Order: sequence, then structure tokens, then C-alpha cells
Amino acid sequence: MKPPPFDHHAPETLEEALEVLARTGEDAKVLAGGQSLIPLLNMRLAAPAHLVDINRVASLDTLEVTEEGVRIGALARHARVERSAQAAATQPLLRAALRHVAHPVIRNRGTVVGSLAHADPAAELPAVLALLEGTVEAASVAGRRTIGAAEFFAGPLESSLRPGELATGAFFPALPANAGIAFAEVARRHGDYAMAGAAALVTVDEDQRVSSARVAYLSVAATPLVLDLTGVLERRPPVTCDWAAAAAYARDHMDTDEDIHASAEYRRHLAGVLTERVLRAAAQQAL
Amino acid sequence: MTSMFGEPIVRREDPRLITGQGRYLDDLGRDALAAAFVRSPHAHARITGIDVDDALDVDGLVAVYTWEDLPGRVGERLPLLIPHPALTHGRTAYALARDVVRHVGEPVVMVVARDRYLAEDAAERVRVTYEPLPPVVGIENAANAAERVHDDVPGNVGAHLVQQTGDADAAISAAPHVLEFRLDIERSASMPLEGRGVYARWDADDESLRVYSSTQTSTSVRMAIAARLGLSAAKVEVIAPDVGGGFGVKIMHPWPEEVLIPWAARLLGREVKWAEDRREHFISSAHERGQVQHVRVGFDDEGRLLGLDVRIQHDHGAYTPYGIIVPIITSTQLLGPYKPGVYRVEFTSLYTNTVIVTPYRGAGRPQGTFCMERTMDRIADELGLDRAAVREVNLIRPEEFPYDQGLIFQDGRPLIYDSGDYPEMLRRIKELIGWDDFGAFRAEAERNGRRVGIGLACYVEGTGVGPYEGGHVEVDSSGRVHVATGLTSQGQGHQTVFAQIVASELGVPIDDVVVTTGDTRRFRYAVGTFASRAAVMSGNAIALASRKVREKALRVAGEALEADPHDLEIVDGVVRVKGNVTASIPLRTVAVLSNPLRYAFDDATAQATQFAVGGSMDEPPLTGEPGLEGTEYYSPPRSTFASGMHAAIVETDPDTAEVRILRYAVLHDCGRLINPRIVEGQIHGGVAQGIGGALYERMVYDADGQLLNASFMDFLMPYATEIPHVETGHMETASPLNPLGIKGAGEAGVIPGSAVIAAAIEDAEGIRITRMPISPSELYHLRLEAAAGTAERTRHARSAAIP
Ligand SMILES: Cc1cc2nc3c(=O)[nH]c(=O)nc-3n(C[C@H](O)[C@H](O)[C@H](O)COP(=O)(O)OP(=O)(O)OC[C@H]3O[C@@H](n4cnc5c(N)ncnc54)[C@H](O)[C@@H]3O)c2cc1C
Repeated sequence: MKPPPFDHHAPETLEEALEVLARTGEDAKVLAGGQSLIPLLNMRLAAPAHLVDINRVASLDTLEVTEEGVRIGALARHARVERSAQAAATQPLLRAALRHVAHPVIRNRGTVVGSLAHADPAAELPAVLALLEGTVEAASVAGRRTIGAAEFFAGPLESSLRPGELATGAFFPALPANAGIAFAEVARRHGDYAMAGAAALVTVDEDQRVSSARVAYLSVAATPLVLDLTGVLERRPPVTCDWAAAAAYARDHMDTDEDIHASAEYRRHLAGVLTERVLRAAAQQAL
Repeated sequence: MTSMFGEPIVRREDPRLITGQGRYLDDLGRDALAAAFVRSPHAHARITGIDVDDALDVDGLVAVYTWEDLPGRVGERLPLLIPHPALTHGRTAYALARDVVRHVGEPVVMVVARDRYLAEDAAERVRVTYEPLPPVVGIENAANAAERVHDDVPGNVGAHLVQQTGDADAAISAAPHVLEFRLDIERSASMPLEGRGVYARWDADDESLRVYSSTQTSTSVRMAIAARLGLSAAKVEVIAPDVGGGFGVKIMHPWPEEVLIPWAARLLGREVKWAEDRREHFISSAHERGQVQHVRVGFDDEGRLLGLDVRIQHDHGAYTPYGIIVPIITSTQLLGPYKPGVYRVEFTSLYTNTVIVTPYRGAGRPQGTFCMERTMDRIADELGLDRAAVREVNLIRPEEFPYDQGLIFQDGRPLIYDSGDYPEMLRRIKELIGWDDFGAFRAEAERNGRRVGIGLACYVEGTGVGPYEGGHVEVDSSGRVHVATGLTSQGQGHQTVFAQIVASELGVPIDDVVVTTGDTRRFRYAVGTFASRAAVMSGNAIALASRKVREKALRVAGEALEADPHDLEIVDGVVRVKGNVTASIPLRTVAVLSNPLRYAFDDATAQATQFAVGGSMDEPPLTGEPGLEGTEYYSPPRSTFASGMHAAIVETDPDTAEVRILRYAVLHDCGRLINPRIVEGQIHGGVAQGIGGALYERMVYDADGQLLNASFMDFLMPYATEIPHVETGHMETASPLNPLGIKGAGEAGVIPGSAVIAAAIEDAEGIRITRMPISPSELYHLRLEAAAGTAERTRHARSAAIP
């Protein structure tokens, strides 16, 4: 459990970082909090020739909250975002989901953007970004681009970042008016990657009827799965909504896999249970 | 001064350990060369070639060894530690695989390099070619024996043993009620946070070897190394440094690495170290628990056992270096606090192409308890009786001790329980958990759409097995009391409890007592730390040694004070005439006087030199032996039997099938308590492991013999967040077998875990639980099967606890 040899680069500015990344290309991996990458190296499941350690690039250590939403720099740790009252007020789903990300010590090191770049389908933040239709900002020596969540998550542990590209930040849109959110998951142990998880965003119109209901799932597909359940809920007031129908719809629209902790069927069942739980809670909050 | 014995003082080792001052194996030997191993990726294969050429290019490589390089006894099969007549086909591995590998993780090549990074780089470049052989995975495949793990072991049967107290079949057939069923328990493992590790230094000038090993038996590792390396034991010393947990896996020895690292250190004339990593621990140390049990039981209308017949298939993994201790314990300790009527038990120990099986805390008892307690619950359900009432009618009564179960135990001695009060314990555990009021609690929970259940499980644990341990106690001229015993510590709190015993026996302040364990330089004769034996064995030996020292101190002080030793007492490290505080002499002075000297090197010792001491000119200056010290050994006639009962209330989520433990209660009797706080800590840790085994942990092997969850990400040990508050009650039924009246406590907490959680889930769900551990996914499927009529529902259990 010792990593194979690699060159360690410790740029202090974004320009330097991008320059090293351009030079090392496919042979390089960005090192952020290291909470996912270091175990992979130690188990020799990854063997990059170069590690580009961005921990000294102060300009990436940012957390900006505006009316539009929360912009998180590549060095902002989970814990910082979780504790930010402003971020929680603007987009409460961030804190709700971050509480389920691993354990406090890991949240002290791990970064939000690193979690997105890692693109683990069992991770919470990719599902949150997907639900909110947020974006990832990427930079390389060739320039900058903004990548929408739907495009960003390309496959399990696979983002659409290109060799030489650094994710400099991510943007999570603010909670709209008359909207509510909820997050729930079922994990084997507290803080584990979930067997299934769901995040909901529900909006009501001026008659207090559900005008929009979307749910994003983790651990049920190769990338975060987002389902629009607005139609199933038939624009009713939350008290008369047929949540079970929404759950059934969700179960029918996912193709779950089994692993050693959960059968495919159980996982699908859980996703249904969670659909009901998060929709109810989010609708309640939206009122 | 009050006696320290029985006081809940805080652990003396903790400030050091929890502030990072511990010295564990990998903290030693910073400059030592590092070893790494190439291990088999196949469960079963023939080695057809080993090519090390690429590895030779790694800068910093020092040596690469294969089996062919191992000379003499180093290259022989590792020892079969505990032979038994029933183990007709015992098989052990080579330190490095020879021709055939029999489980993923078996060591094939050893690489030594400047550091561990380079050693792993080189190991990665060694090319071993294999011809895969069909693997045998799982108890059923092993028993079917379509393929063999060892060519020369027919049926994959390593051992077969029957014990019986009469004609069980006849007793069962004649019984008014008969039940027959199968139970399954899966593998788990000790999983100490610190893995194994060995660090060896060869002193060429002295031609001697010093070895540090993260072991539960330094004395026996020493004998093994001396024998394998052809050294005189006097030239080998083995030290267990701070050990970060053992839980059984480190009583196995000598591990391949414990032979190879010292051998390489001597050959290379360099210090060599190997510290196991987590993946290695999963695939190349040891597991335990896997069994299939077939039960047939006959009983009367009150649930009284008339005959019990249990057939056990025990998964022993690829080799049997530790013999058949685990299934012997299962088959005997299964009986718990009960009278089984006529008992017949038979076990078959089966080879599989998986990691070896050696004792893990509880050592076969959790499986036995699972079997017996599931049987009790079945009987209650069958008869519609309260589960506690069925247990009650089967309990051994206090007046029946010593109680002979008519079997032979793991130490080769009769299974005779020394003492206990099981009916009182049952009464108290029911009171603690609120057994009789549970019906109301359940009714209230059900009104709120919640599903809850209660369970109970009882066990008896043979602790403190022989053959012996020793203790050495010595008072030095500063008054400090040095205590040594040969067995090792893995965090149990020996530094504290042994010091409490010495402080009480000798009459000295506990702060003056320094305890050393597991260091063969200090104590050479010992057996090891396992089977909840340290307090019983070394505790009593140390008490006896303290008494010897006390006697000597009183004699020497009597001469100095011109008093009759019978009139003296030792209080706070001072010997004084009872009732006369002015006539006194500190123990440190007695220590000086007990060693008549020619040479002085400080003021204290000057008092003992030849022109300073008075006394008769006709008597020799020394009576007996010099020094205020004593060594004693304690060897028990047989094991002493601790007991306990656990009760748990669980809640199962009707939607997600998650299981939450609402309450967990323990009644525990380990005889006289040396330190209730430490006993409670041991119980808490045990309960955590029991819950781990019941709800979280399992070794997931695929059909090819690959362990799919060989990391802490997928092998789920419970966190603190998964462990409920543990409510504990103590009873103190002294053991009549030893001077201190104590019994072991180390393994207790873990034993009934699977049994009590299974019972509570079964009670909550009304569905029969026959396999443990159980995950939410499995419970969910069990519900589906019960709904479809393919899983069995209980008949009465949901209402059994409602008065
Ligand atoms: C015990 C444990 C439990 C965990 N449980 C959870 C959990 O329940 N849920 C969860 O979501 N996560 C969990 N994690 C993972 C944790 O959240 C990580 O912090 C996160 O996945 C990655 O963040 P990081 O900053 O540590 O990234 P690193 O480990 O440094 O990097 C991860 C990957 O992303 C790439 N990367 C990182 N930053 C960038 C960037 N700015 N630009 C381009 N590529 C980049 C790296 O090259 C690497 O491939 C757990 C981790 C541990 C150790």
C-alpha cells in the first residue's frame, strides 16, 4: 500500500498549474484534498507519472455567495462550505447533502470541486449539481470554459474534463422562490457512500400546487440520475399528491446494479422509498 | 491505604497511548531495510515459473527470495501448533509457497529493499506464472468435494470429531417434541487496527538475534524462531512492543514473516522490518466464524431439553496450523448455561481455498451460542412459551456446581463448570432490559407505525486455560516495584490491573509499580494472551509472587526491627510493627538489606555493605536468595467458567429494512472484579465486535476465491455511530479454582452478539432468522420471501414477550 513513483509538482499560481498540466497532459493527475486520489495511489489502482498539487494555489481557495447562487473555488473544503451560513441560506441543499459526505475529518481535507471531478456516482455533490443544473468552470492554457452538469458527468469516475484542464470552481444556483429542497440517503454505516440517495427540488405556484418536482439520485446509475416527476404529480397541492405514484415512476425509470451491499432490487426499492421521503419534505418546505 | 483490588481506577497506559506516545512495531527500526511480499493472486494454482529479472532493475533492491532459497528448516512446512488425534489430515503451509498456492494472499516471493516503497516497486516487477487449479470456495463445495484443496486430503476433511454424553438419537426420538433445522454463520475477522509486523536485528559480534513482533505470544515466537533458525534459545530474544490490538489473530505463530524476517536479517547482516498493510491483513492473516450447523432437538412440554444432536461443518480455510481449537470450542461451549439432556455433537473441519481460520475473540463461542440460543427461541416459538421461561427451565442451578457437562474441553480437560448463578442472572437481565414490560412498549411503538423486537442470549465462557503463567516481582533500592510476566498486552489494561494486584498484595502505592509484559528478556516462560486468560493466569501468578516477596520483606525487616515477622504489616511501602508506627522501615531499605554487598555505589546501598551491617558473626550474611524479589507460577487444574446474558431491543424500518439497536443490556459475571472499569471497557469493545458480526461484517468471497471486500471501505466494521449505549450489570461469583477468585473477561462481550440480534430481529419481523450476519438488503429480501411463502414465519414469537 505504497504508491508507485511519481513527480510531485507544487505550483503556487493558477498560471503555473495550468502550464504544468499542459506539459504533463495525460500523465498527470490533479491532487486536491487527496481523500479519493491518495487511496487509489496507495492501492496502485492509479499510477500517474505526475501529481499536480494545487493546495498552494491561494486564488482557488474561494467561496462566493451571491443572489444567483454559490460559487465554490477548487480549494474550498467540504467543511468550509458546510459551515457557511450564507451558502446554506442561498442554497440549503449544499449543507443538507454535505452532512452525508464521509466524516468530519475527511470533510476537513476533501474539496467540493474534487468530489465533482472525481465523478463517483455514489457521491452526494454530483447529484446536487445535477439537480440544480449547476456548472463546473474549467481552465487550461488554451482558455476557459463552463460545463453544464448534464455534460460534466460522463461515466462512473469519469468527468468530461480534458487532459491539461483544471476544474477551477463550480457554481450551484440559488434556491428559487416558492421552492423547497430535501436530501435523504440510506448507507450501511453513518458516513458511508450510500446504497441509494435522493435529492429533491420542488416548486409550488401561487395556488400552492406543485408546479415542478425534480429528484436526483446517487448510487443508482453510472452518473447522477435526474428525473422530472412534475407530470406524475399532476400539479396538485402537496396534501393530495400521490407520492407513491411518483415513487413507482422513479423505480420504473432506473436500471440499478447490485454490489456486495445491496441487490439491484433492494437498491431500486430504496430509491422509491427515498423518492417519497424527499418529495414530501421538499414540498412541505416549499409551501 | 485502601486495597487497590476491585477499584475502578483509570487505565494507567492511556495517557501515553492516546497522546501518541505508544511505540508500535512500525515506529521501531526507522533505518531497517523493508520487506514486501509477492502474494498469490489465485485461490488455487500451480506455480510454473518465477522471473525476478525486472525487479533487479529497481534501485535500492537488496534481495529477492523464493522457496528455493530457503535453507533447512526455514524451508520446511510451518509447524502444526496444536496437534489433536482427530486432526487426521492436518496441513500447514510453507513460509514461501512451494509449487502450489492454496489461497489468494499466500506469500510466494519476499523482496527486501531500502524502504517499503522500493520493495513494493520491485515486488510489482516480479513475474510469477501460474497454472490455475479449480478452487474450492464455501462450505458446501468443500463438503461436496468435487475438487480438493490438498491432493492427499480426501473429501477436504481435515478433522472429524464426535463427542456424546449418551444415546442422543434415542432421547430425541422418545421426546414429545422434536425440531430439526439448519443455521449458517459467515466469516469475519479479528481485524486489529495495527496489522501484524516483525522487525529483526542480528548482532554479528554477539551472534544473537533480537526480534520485535506484534504478537500475542513473544515467548513462543522465540522458541519457534530458535528452532527454525537453528539458534540456541539463549541467543534469541523476542519483544512485543505496544500492540495495536490482536483479538486472536496474533496468537497464531510463527507466521511466515516471523520466520523469514529474522532469517533474512541474519543472512544479510542488516536490520529488516516488515509491517503488514491492510490489504495483506485481509488476504494473508486469518479469519474466523464460518460454519453451517444442523440441529436436531427433542424437548418436553415446558421446553426442557431431552436430547440435542448438533452436526457442525466448520470452514477451516487452506491450512490448519492452529489445529481444531475453534470447532472444539464451538462444540463444547455451545451448551452455555444449560443442561442439554443427552448431547451428541459432531464436527467436520473442511479445507477451502481461502484464508486460514484461527481464533478470533470468542473463538468458536459466538457460533455455538448462536446455535443454542436459536434453538431456545425455536422451542419457545414451537410451544408458544415465553423465551425467557424456556431458558429458565434448562438452566444449571447454583447448587449443582461444580457441574460436569461430560465433555472434553479445548485444554484436553473435562468441561466442568466451577461456579455461577444463572437463574439470578436471568432474573437480573430481564429486570435490566424490562423484559416483562416489553409488550406495552411494543404496543405503543406499533401504534406509531414502528416495528420493534426484543431478544435474549446467554452464554458460558471457559476462560483462563492453562497450562500456566508466571510472574516476577522485585523491589529495588529506590522502592520501585518491578513486575514482569511473559504474556503480552494488546491494549487490555494489564499495566493497570497487574499493578492493582501487586499494590494490594504487597501494600505499596500503585504509582511505585511498573509492569512489563511480553518481553523475553524479562520473563522467559509463558504461554500467551488468548482465551481470556491474562488476568486469571498472570494475575494469580503475580499475586503469588507478591506474597512471596512480602514474606521475604517481613523476614528481613523483622531482623532489622528485631520483631516477629507476624507482628509486621506493610502499608504504603513501609514495613511497620502493627500498632506501633514508630518502629518501621521502608521497603526500599529492606530491598537494600536483602542483598548483602561488598561494594557500595550510593548512600542507600552503603547500608548493606559488609562493615555497615551488624548481625551474628556465626551466621552466613545471606539467608536464601539475594534481592527482594520472587518468581511464582500459577497452573490451574482446568478452566474457570465466566458467564453472561445479553438482551437487546431493535427497531426495523418497515420501508428500508434498516436495523437500529434501541437498547443493549449486559449482565456479566467474571468472578471477583479486579477493576470494574476495565471489565466494562472490555465488554463494550466486545459488544461492538458482536454487533459488527451480527449486522455489518462479512468476508465476501466470489466463486473464484477472490475476496471482494478486502478494504475498510467495503468490510464494514461498525463506527462508534453504529454502537448503542451499553447498559451493564455485574455479578461476582468467585471462582473456587484460583487464589484471587477471578475469571476471564476479555472475550465476553462479543459472544452472544449474533444470537441476541437475530432473536430481536426475528421478534420484530415475525420471520425466522437462520443466517447471520444480516444486512438491510437481505432483510428486505427475506420479507419478500416471507410474503411469497418461501421464507418461514415464526408461530408465536411476536406475542411471546407480552405477558
Ligand atoms: C473514508 C472515506 C469516505 C468517503 N465518503 C464519501 C461519501 O460518503 N461521499 C462522497 O461524496 N465522498 C466521500 N469520500 C470522498 C471525499 O468526499 C473526497 O474528498 C472527494 O471525493 C474528492 O475530493 P478531494 O479534494 O479529496 O479530491 P482528490 O482525492 O484530491 O482528487 C480526486 C480526483 O479528482 C481529481 N481532481 C480533484 N480536484 C480537481 C480539480 N480541481 N480539477 C481537476 N481534477 C481534480 C483528481 O485528479 C482525482 O482524480 C470519502 C472519502 C473517504 C476517504
